[in-house]
Order: sequence, then structure tokens, then C-alpha cells
Amino acid sequence: MGEAIVVTSGKGGVGKTTTSANIGTALALQGKRVCLVDTDIGLRNLDVVMGLENRIIYDLVDVIQGRCKIHQALVKDKRFEDKLYLLPAAQTSDKTAVQPEEMKKLIDELKQDYDYIIIDCPAGIEQGYRNAVAGADRAIVVTTPEVSAVRDADRIIGLLEKEENVEPPKLVINRIRNHLMKNGDMLDVDEVTSHLSIGLIGIVADDDEVIKASNHGEPIALNPNSKASIAYRNIARRILGESVPLQQLDSGDEGMFTKIKRFFGVRS
Amino acid sequence: MKNTQNVTIKGTKDGLTLHLDDTCSYEELKKELDRKLANTSKAQEEDRLLTVKVKVGNRYLSHGQQEELKDLIRQKRNLLVDVIETNVMTIAEAEELRQENEIVSVARIVRSGQVLEITGDLLLIGDVNPGGTVKASGNVFVMGSLKGIAHAGCNGNEQAVIGASSMKPSQLRIAGCISRAPDQLPNEDGKAMECAYISEDQQIVIDRLQTLMKIRPNLTRFEGGR
Repeated sequence: MGEAIVVTSGKGGVGKTTTSANIGTALALQGKRVCLVDTDIGLRNLDVVMGLENRIIYDLVDVIQGRCKIHQALVKDKRFEDKLYLLPAAQTSDKTAVQPEEMKKLIDELKQDYDYIIIDCPAGIEQGYRNAVAGADRAIVVTTPEVSAVRDADRIIGLLEKEENVEPPKLVINRIRNHLMKNGDMLDVDEVTSHLSIGLIGIVADDDEVIKASNHGEPIALNPNSKASIAYRNIARRILGESVPLQQLDSGDEGMFTKIKRFFGVRS
Repeated sequence: MKNTQNVTIKGTKDGLTLHLDDTCSYEELKKELDRKLANTSKAQEEDRLLTVKVKVGNRYLSHGQQEELKDLIRQKRNLLVDVIETNVMTIAEAEELRQENEIVSVARIVRSGQVLEITGDLLLIGDVNPGGTVKASGNVFVMGSLKGIAHAGCNGNEQAVIGASSMKPSQLRIAGCISRAPDQLPNEDGKAMECAYISEDQQIVIDRLQTLMKIRPNLTRFEGGR
């Protein structure tokens, strides 16, 4: 019996879809059977980010309305040996085409066959959000270090805490710009976590490679040389229960001298 | 036993007190009160309004009956009923009173979009985040940081106060008064342990927590001891 994890944020554009795609990919790289579910009906993106757009035949709404079986709608990612599947959202209907109970039934069915179901939630707190959360066991809240994103994350955490079947949510801080944080022009990691007071499961630095990779339809987690990729792989390992220390944000651009200073315990 | 008095009038240094016996029927009591007040009406002719206390012992009077007695006394003479003291109240009234005087402790974070509303005093063990609201009919005390909206005395109690370990509210409301945070905080951290109350000129004032014991001595409920 697998686990369903919903990736949500409240605010749009903070990186829910990118995070879902990369956590899913990283879990598959760890040898788990993963199914990604896009619940953003009407504005689907996850298939594009995964590069599986042109292989879609049936979608989520087809499954729920009984026009096909689940396995017919699942798109297999050929880069992985039978590990990663995608259930795409419909592009032609809207969020009201699905009810939370139907969604829960669908997710429960998928849990029989997969280790992890990653549910990509649409922005907002309306029907689309309720559908996405209905079948989830765990929740990951994505935010950026911006006041507006943190405010919406706070709202969504409040709503998630009311859900009885969902464990307390975990936080991913996305798109961290180190130089802004250092100068105090952006909220820092401590400020965000102490404000939201939930467990932190990962921090991801803002990286041009992420945008490039998703435009090519290849999740960044496949590229082992990028910092963001390591960050997503770390999140996947923490989901699996390993304890992995947080990534050093400035390790990339520090010189030899600072390293030596740190070695001797001198604070810069 | 017929000539036992059901109504006795006593004068103390604080004014007159009407003792109404609690073993007779309400109708009997009304009749006798009527007669008694009429009897003695010649005793004092001056027009000065006297306030009287009414003690009814172990008799339960409904709101209607209380009004009736007040009217009766008011009509007869230049007497004005100050209070009606009774030893009994209904369970509903007692429950209301208990809730009003209770400190309700809540351990949680009030997040954006959430409203926490309680009767009595609120002791919040946690934060109020921006966009969150706490409301209490009594005082509000926040053990964590108050960054949202706090409304104390929301049923109109102007004596209510708000206290917080870290006072950085977006809005403070006490009874009907509303105050908004300054657009730019003078110092970033906000001083530790502050309180807010309504001053004499009907303004919400933020001050050190320690001033509260001077301006709101009623906050102390501890009795006895040293």
C-alpha cells in the first residue's frame, strides 16, 4: 500500500509543478514506483514539464467519468524502467468535472500499485484544491521567500491542519536567491520556518538550469551536476525517512580562503 | 403567623434597604410592598431621589418580575432601585457568568484567514499570524507573537486589555476602538512583553506590560494568601 503526497502552495507560480515533477523523478531514481497525478484540470502543465505531452491519450476526467480504465490513461516515462507514470489532467473540462469523493477513490486505487502518488495541486483554495487534498496522506507546502507567498502558505497550512486524514504538512522553500537573502532584502530560511512553524523538508536555490530543463521536458533531478537537482534528491531521501542535512546555500561561490577559515573555526 | 411582615425597610449609612421575605408568594409580596410604601409615603415629603437596595433572599425573580418590582417602587415614591440582590440564579445565568470570567487557554497557531472567537479571557499559547484574528469578550493574552488582529472586549467591555510577548499587530481592537499599526515600525523587533488598553481619552495605547497592574487592578483575581 503506497502513500499519496499532495504538493500545494495556495499562491500560483511558486513552483508546485516543478517540485512535483522533480520529487517524483528523484523518488523514481531511488527505485520507488511513482505515479504523478496532475489535478490542475483545464490548465495542465505537469505533462509538459515531464516531456510527456504528446503521449497523452486519455486523462483524469476520462478515468473518473468511466470512459477508460486507469491503466489506459497512465503515461509511462520511458527514461525509467517501469518506475514512473503520469496521470495527466484534462485540458478541455474544468475543476468542477471532478468531485473530492471520486478523487479519493481514484487515489486509493492507485495506492494499491504504487509506492508513492505525487499529486500536483492547482493554485487557489477552491474546488481544485479540495479535489487534490481529498485522497492525500501527506502534504508538502511549497513557498518562496516572499511575503505574499508566505502569507498564502500560512493560509493553506491552516486549511491542511483541518484535514483529518492528512499528516502535518512539511515545507519546501523554493527559489532562494542567496545574495538577496544575505543582504536582508528577502526573508531568510529561519524567518520563514519560524513564521509558519512547520517542519522544513527542503530548500531549493533559484537556478537557471531548472527553467532550461523544464523547457526541454526533462526534470532537473535527472542532471546530477545541478545544485537544484541535489536539493530535490535530498527532499526525496527525506520523504523516504533518511535524515539528510540541509544544503549549504553559499558553498558554490566561496573561495579557498573562506574554506580554510571555516576549517579553523573562524567566522567571517 | 399572619402578621409577620413580608416587607421590612431598613436604613443604613449607605441608604435604604428593602428586605423582601422569600417565603411568601410573589403576589402577596407585591400587595404588601404596595401597601407599605403607600403607608409611609407621608413620612418624607422632600423631592430628593433616594436610591434603595432591594434584597430578596432566596427568591428567584425573572427579568419581567424584576422590572415589575422596580416600577412599583419607582411609582410609589421618590425611590429609585439601585440593585436587586438575590441569592439564586438560573443555571444558564450561572454558566454565562462562569464563561464570562473564565480564562480559556488555547494552544495553536491562528493562521491567515482563521478566526478564533471565545467568551471570557483568551490565553493563546502560540502565535497569531498576519491575516489571522482572535476575538474575546474579555482580555486577550498572547504568549507568542501577535502579528494579526486582536479584538478584546468584543461585546463592548472597554476595560479589556490585550497583552502579547511580541506585539506586532496589524490591527488592535478593544470594544469599539480600533487602532492600526504604524506604517513603519520605529524599531524592527518590537519591544518584548507589551500591552494595549483604552486610555481616558478613548484612544488605544500601547505600553509596557508592567503598567497594567496600576491601571487595571481588577486583573488580579488572586484572593487570600500573602
